[in-house]
Amino acid sequence: MIRIYDFKGVSNQEKKNDFSKREYSVQDLLLLVWIVAKVLLVVICLLGVVAYLTLAERKVIGFIQSRIGPNRVGPQGLLQPIADALKLLQKEIIFPTASNKYLFIIAPILTMTPALAAWAVIPFDQGMMLANINAGVLFLFAMTSLGVYGVLISGWSSNSKYALFGALRASAQTISYEIAMGFALVGVLMAADSMNLQEIVLRQQGGIWHWYWLPLLPLFVVYWISAMAETNRAPFDVSEGESEIVAGFHVEYSGMSFALFFLGEYANMALLSFVAALLFMGGWLSPFEGIPFLAQAFAWVPGIIWLILKASFFLFLYLWVRATFPRYRYDQIMYLGWKVLIPVTIVWIIVVGFAIQFGVGPWFSH
Amino acid sequence: MNYLKTIIKRFALWELIRGLVVTLKYFFRKKVTLQFPEEKTPLSPRFRGALALRRYPNGEERCIGCKLCEAVCPALAITIQSEPRSDGTRRTTQYDIDIFKCINCGFCEEACPVDAIVVTREMHYHQENRGENIITKEKLLALGDRYDAQITKDKEDDSDYR
Repeated sequence: MIRIYDFKGVSNQEKKNDFSKREYSVQDLLLLVWIVAKVLLVVICLLGVVAYLTLAERKVIGFIQSRIGPNRVGPQGLLQPIADALKLLQKEIIFPTASNKYLFIIAPILTMTPALAAWAVIPFDQGMMLANINAGVLFLFAMTSLGVYGVLISGWSSNSKYALFGALRASAQTISYEIAMGFALVGVLMAADSMNLQEIVLRQQGGIWHWYWLPLLPLFVVYWISAMAETNRAPFDVSEGESEIVAGFHVEYSGMSFALFFLGEYANMALLSFVAALLFMGGWLSPFEGIPFLAQAFAWVPGIIWLILKASFFLFLYLWVRATFPRYRYDQIMYLGWKVLIPVTIVWIIVVGFAIQFGVGPWFSH
Repeated sequence: MNYLKTIIKRFALWELIRGLVVTLKYFFRKKVTLQFPEEKTPLSPRFRGALALRRYPNGEERCIGCKLCEAVCPALAITIQSEPRSDGTRRTTQYDIDIFKCINCGFCEEACPVDAIVVTREMHYHQENRGENIITKEKLLALGDRYDAQITKDKEDDSDYR
């Protein structure tokens, strides 16, 4: 809508809301600096997490295969991710002939940006978040869904058959599992009666048995399976499928553009692990809440530590699962998504509905 | 009843959890990796690595130029020329091994009547220029001198089984 201002008729309130005509003070500037600083802090921490997640992945998979993983660069291989990043920075970005250059460059950015943007609503502790918005879950869901555009565009713009196959597989799979994941989240929304992530966590107060993993156990499992499918991770990594289609949608990418895909994938993994911890495992709440002695003994631990521990467990689960299970066949993935997970979620949503109606247990009696 | 059991097992992710438990056990198991440059795998005394020519303890070269190794070599990697030396014994004037052709089968060692040509434990070698793949008699003798103690010990260790 275009509004034409008649300056005489504009009220003070309206003047204040119109940013172009607002008078800025030093406080506004400081606020802006403060917000940017917070964003930078989160992004830098996140990039560190992503870098060391790649090392953790190689280490964990190595350990499971009776190897010790990378240990040459720096003490115990701790500088390996930095060496990898430097190597990727030096590499040339090769454009395939007849590829669409603009889309080719935009695609990795489109994959990574939503993965980073979604972190704006993650509460790391009570009140410790970038944006406390009421539709937090919805925002998360929107952002994780946007990632598929990057994959689709990269597959198409590479002008390569394998990349196109990978992109088609990835998009079909992501869209299918989005439904199951959405339903799993609907259960949480019903139980918590709120879309605000902080509110959802606070609703789970009262110890480990009050967290939503117990009453929503099937939804929790469905959420986690969908989370693995959503990030195109093993055993649902047919979109990469190196044994069939080389590397899927990012075959043609090299150097930093490839690194961005990697970054996006791992940032998404970390994001979905944090969301799992927030929605089902009580977020920053201590697991010893309500237990006589342990609760006092662990009262000094800040909430963010608990959240990181819980999310780390889920991240480990990602790697553990990848090292354990073989890749699903493509039709089996679709079968699982549409014919198993979605019916399970629908049934359990009905169960949750009844549980709320009759105020079952400590979870729904409010 | 059985069907019900299968359904319950499937929804409880029973098989998947069992798989995860197996991999978790391996996660905590002792690792088998050898840190290569610092640690090395143990080698058998029969290990067939680079070739070398040996000498007698008094410094006299063992090879008598009988050309049995040249004859037995399946890869035709050995080239030998021999002439009588000033003291009347037959010695090689040329003893070349092309290590590009050599397949490390050890037949030459088996054929040699005087234990002159032997396979050593050395397996970490490389060439930087063309032509270096031809190992001449001097180089082979030098290798034999270098690994003499090891070769003697390996022969000793293996003698019970020959």
